[in-house]
Amino acid sequence: MTKVGDELTWKDLEIGSIITEPGNADQNQTGDWRTQRPTYDHSRCIKCGLCSIFCPEGCIEPNQEGFFEANLFYCKGCGICARECWTSAITMVEEEE
Amino acid sequence: MAKRIGIEVSRSIAIAVKLANVDVVSAYPITPQTHIVEDIAELVADGELEASFIPVESEHSAMSACLGASAVGARTFTATASQGLELMHEVLYVASGMRLPIVMAVANRALSAPLSIWGDHSDVMSARDTGWIQIFAANGQETFDNVLCAFRIAEDRRVLLPVMVHLDGFHLTHVIEPIYIPEADEVAKFLPPFEYPLPLDPDNPVSMGAFGPPNIYPEVKKAQQENLIASKEVILESWREFAGVFGRSYEPLECYRCEGAKVLLLAMGSFSETAMSAVDYVREEGDEVGLIKLRLWRPFPFDEIRRAVEDAEVVVVLDRAISFGGPGGPVCSEIKSALYGLDKRPKVVGFVGGLGGRDISRDGFVEMIKRGVEIARTGSDQEFEMFGVRE
Repeated sequence: MTKVGDELTWKDLEIGSIITEPGNADQNQTGDWRTQRPTYDHSRCIKCGLCSIFCPEGCIEPNQEGFFEANLFYCKGCGICARECWTSAITMVEEEE
Repeated sequence: MAKRIGIEVSRSIAIAVKLANVDVVSAYPITPQTHIVEDIAELVADGELEASFIPVESEHSAMSACLGASAVGARTFTATASQGLELMHEVLYVASGMRLPIVMAVANRALSAPLSIWGDHSDVMSARDTGWIQIFAANGQETFDNVLCAFRIAEDRRVLLPVMVHLDGFHLTHVIEPIYIPEADEVAKFLPPFEYPLPLDPDNPVSMGAFGPPNIYPEVKKAQQENLIASKEVILESWREFAGVFGRSYEPLECYRCEGAKVLLLAMGSFSETAMSAVDYVREEGDEVGLIKLRLWRPFPFDEIRRAVEDAEVVVVLDRAISFGGPGGPVCSEIKSALYGLDKRPKVVGFVGGLGGRDISRDGFVEMIKRGVEIARTGSDQEFEMFGVRE
């Protein structure tokens, strides 16, 4: 099945909506639930990666410079990373701002 | 050659399950279903049926075990009644939503409170919208035959839906009837081996019962609805094939002496057999009445119902369940809604009776027909009447 989510009609579904393609949950955009998103103060970040360990979505990875950042396609904006960050490098801001 | 033997209907179901060569049975005993699963357990223990019998601590677990068994492609059977059907309620939706062709015999029984072990249709009506194919049997032979048909219908690749076969608690489960029991090779001709198209299989992994977010859930439900509607063709085809092999034919509904009848009685299940005697009696008195025995409850046979009542002036419907505070009985409601859009339609009069095992005799049905005609003529300020209740 190449179609995803919004493209599928009722006729495209497998019997009982069985999923035959392993790992296709990564096509599911969970980031659109978000009302807040994390912002980063890299001057405070010590690259410890604690935020990525606590992230329930598992969507935080180091960027090219080694700073940990959330993938906003998946990030639900729960704020656990900001709460756990011991150098207070992460601040949650409202999505509309 | 088929042998006709006198046997308790429950025990004949166990034989049907054996002849269907079922792989897995998971059930919890509950009156009046008990003899069905006791006999199956015995057949398995005696080595007469090579199947896994999974004893469980509740009906919720029984249906859950059936889901798992069916998902790996096992031919799966269970049976329950009343509170047991209620306890497995949420799992019933999972079976149909996941398209798992489980077959279940339901020994229809009243619901508490007050505690009643006796028959009516309260249990099944609570399971009406669970997405299962539902067939009502009027006698032992119909029950036996439709258990065999249920496997064939459920497992057909065009269907893949669970099927309930309803038999009235005690009035059918505990009576001894002469029943034709076919040979195993005849059943094998009618019932091919089951092969689920996408089973749980470590070599070809799939995910079943996944999350359905709002952007896909309505499509899944539409597919399920279309599938249940389309199953009717396969049900009819299976019944025709059954008639070809075994010589007994079934239809979504059966008309008994409906020719020229201005008044039609409609009933489901074993009570329709008594209603036949009432129709004979009233016909002898000179009044032209007939009887519709409704067999296929889901998918609901709209066209057949419309055709069956097109010449009638009054249709008297007996429900053995009540929708409290609502329009009366579920069967009557559905008959009314099936006919509402027609320009010419009969008056439909609803009775709720036979609750909690209360019998309705032949004379009772005669009285019901007469009272129904009277209400059709004079009208009533009630949506329905409860039949035979002491005032």
